Amino acid sequence: MLTPNRHLLQIEGMHPPEIAALLDLAESYVLLNRSGKTGRDLLRGRTLINLFFEDSTRTRTSFELAGKRLGADVINMAVAQSSVNKGETLLDTAATLNAMNCDLLVVRHGQSGAPALLAQKVEASVINAGDGTHEHPTQALLDALTIRRRRGRLEGLVVAICGDVLHSRVARSNIHLLLALGSRVHLIGPPTLIPTDVARLGVTVFHDMKAGLAGADIVMMLRLQKERMTGGLVPSAREFFRFWGLDAEKLAYARPDALVMHPGPMNRGVEIASDVADDPIRSLIKEQVEMGVAVRMAVLDVLSRRAKRND
Amino acid sequence: MTDLLITNVRLLDPSAGLDVHGALLVRDGKIADLGANLGRPDVPILDGDGAILCPGLVDMRAELGEPGGEYRETIASAAAAAAFGGITTLAALPDTQPAIDDPALVRLLRVRGEETGSLTILPYAAVTRGCLGVDMAELGLLSEAGAVAFTDGARAIASARMMRLALSYTRGFAARIVQHPEDPSLAVGGTATAGELATRLGLPSIPAAAEAILVARDIRLAELTGGAIHFAHVSTGEALDLIRAAKARGLNVTCDTAPPYFDLNETAIGNFRTYAKFSPPLRADADRIAVAAALADGTIDAIASDPQPRDADDKRLPFAQASAGGTGLATLLAVTLAQVHGGLVSLSAAIALLTCRPAALLGSPAGTLRKGAAADLCLFDLERAWQVEAGKLPGKAQNTPFDGRALEGRVIATFKAGRKVFG
Repeated sequence: MLTPNRHLLQIEGMHPPEIAALLDLAESYVLLNRSGKTGRDLLRGRTLINLFFEDSTRTRTSFELAGKRLGADVINMAVAQSSVNKGETLLDTAATLNAMNCDLLVVRHGQSGAPALLAQKVEASVINAGDGTHEHPTQALLDALTIRRRRGRLEGLVVAICGDVLHSRVARSNIHLLLALGSRVHLIGPPTLIPTDVARLGVTVFHDMKAGLAGADIVMMLRLQKERMTGGLVPSAREFFRFWGLDAEKLAYARPDALVMHPGPMNRGVEIASDVADDPIRSLIKEQVEMGVAVRMAVLDVLSRRAKRND
Repeated sequence: MTDLLITNVRLLDPSAGLDVHGALLVRDGKIADLGANLGRPDVPILDGDGAILCPGLVDMRAELGEPGGEYRETIASAAAAAAFGGITTLAALPDTQPAIDDPALVRLLRVRGEETGSLTILPYAAVTRGCLGVDMAELGLLSEAGAVAFTDGARAIASARMMRLALSYTRGFAARIVQHPEDPSLAVGGTATAGELATRLGLPSIPAAAEAILVARDIRLAELTGGAIHFAHVSTGEALDLIRAAKARGLNVTCDTAPPYFDLNETAIGNFRTYAKFSPPLRADADRIAVAAALADGTIDAIASDPQPRDADDKRLPFAQASAGGTGLATLLAVTLAQVHGGLVSLSAAIALLTCRPAALLGSPAGTLRKGAAADLCLFDLERAWQVEAGKLPGKAQNTPFDGRALEGRVIATFKAGRKVFG
């Protein structure tokens, strides 16, 4: 799975210089995007397929835009998620994609490890756009870029990741990336939503927002899916919000200049209060979306250059 | 009728405490004599070249594919794999399609075994109809038809009441209840043992304690009823501690394990390797070490190959959707011998775990070299090295978790009632 030369499947195992180089390149794409220049032809004649086995608007659109800005032919494939034989569809799809000479394959799938399985079977470079509860590497990269642009660095910062860590691929990718670049990571959530032995990854676990947010430079909120309430992991949305939802009162536990992030889409009033989410000074949520396009351009750029070298 | 003299062998029979260089004489498919000096009777002679001759292996837990899963494995293909592995007697699980919950099906399996000419099949029967855990099967009639013990196979008997009734009722038929020891409500949806690795991979996990929790409950129910409970493929140190303590208290509690649980640990599933997906899941290395220690100290009563034949379509899926299980008939002896070569278990204890001890649990006369017994024999070279290669193993299913593993110890020949069926 550690195949940095061809695919982007996970942050775990990536080396800090490799991550920093990607962020530097993404930074240049931020400037390019803001300048309004178009017509880059880096990926002209290359085919990018967005293969989404789960619904997504934000990530799919972001990859689509990134591909188009670099001149690629972008195709969106939404594959209906039937509850049985998803895997058969997966490898059948791989065979189809090989026949189409796809160059870059962006995959989102509900099962951990599905992009890694596809990567063994397709000739394209595979980019994991979120797999089950495993990883979502471009989200972590865009989060890091957002933080770095605001704070100038990641090293030494305290980043609190709050909420449903157990089911969060965003949290896992962020943990690996932030630790690789020298941040300290606090995880905060109810014990039922903290994964077993996660402290062994090098993070500090808290169940209380006051303690966990103390000294935090960045407060990263995670989405709480509605089905967690019926699964008995938390009793109710209002109870979750009372103890782990981010409102102005709890944000005050963090550093006075702490910034707020969320990977979206948000459940307002469940994990985050609207006044915090929409705070023009402290909330980075809109900026995260902008950085998303730049980071994905950088990833497509790097992977396609590597593929060319290997041709 | 089969007559044969096997000379120049190391005769190893833990049931008799036998370990001598000598020869073994087969007459009419039965062991007529054995020892250091047998003279030269007028029968065909096979020179064993100094290899070990032990009883044909008795494998107390196997999924055969038949009935219902013939595209994965058939009794004939499984019998070929068993012969390659030195196995001559095998207990077949009942959670097939249909489930073995009717006396006619028990008789059918016995006959299908005889038809292979190389393998005695000892059928397990279902504890509950259809192995569904709801209504008790006709345990008495099934026992009468030849069922050696009762189990719902890969499904745990979840209801404490059902387990109590089954343990109590079967006392009258002197048969064991074999449990898949995993609390189903704790295991639901889980695919890997809970811990750092499952957390990194983002896989839904099962706490190792799910095993000890059901083992503790069922030991208590065995004590309550006076019934006999057997725990299959035990994989955790905590469960083995409970079993060890129950045995010390004189309860009728026994257990087996399978080679993946003392040879592999959870790291085998790294990179989402579905061929190392098992139920119960492969555990942390501390548990693997505890299982190996329980082989050595006698807490574990038998090593079963526990094969679950699967085809590529069952395995080439995202991890959580892939089928659990691996093949194991062909590699049972050699992977067990790795423990012997590692100095952890004596050769005699290892062979006992593969012959007389499981035979005793199943009430089978197999697993011994005593005079008059059927000449079911396994001739193996303790030192001969080979490499496991998926795709080239005998049997239909090739889903071995040991692909690429270098092993020391190989079966040279297998005999069923004195007739060479492999080698």
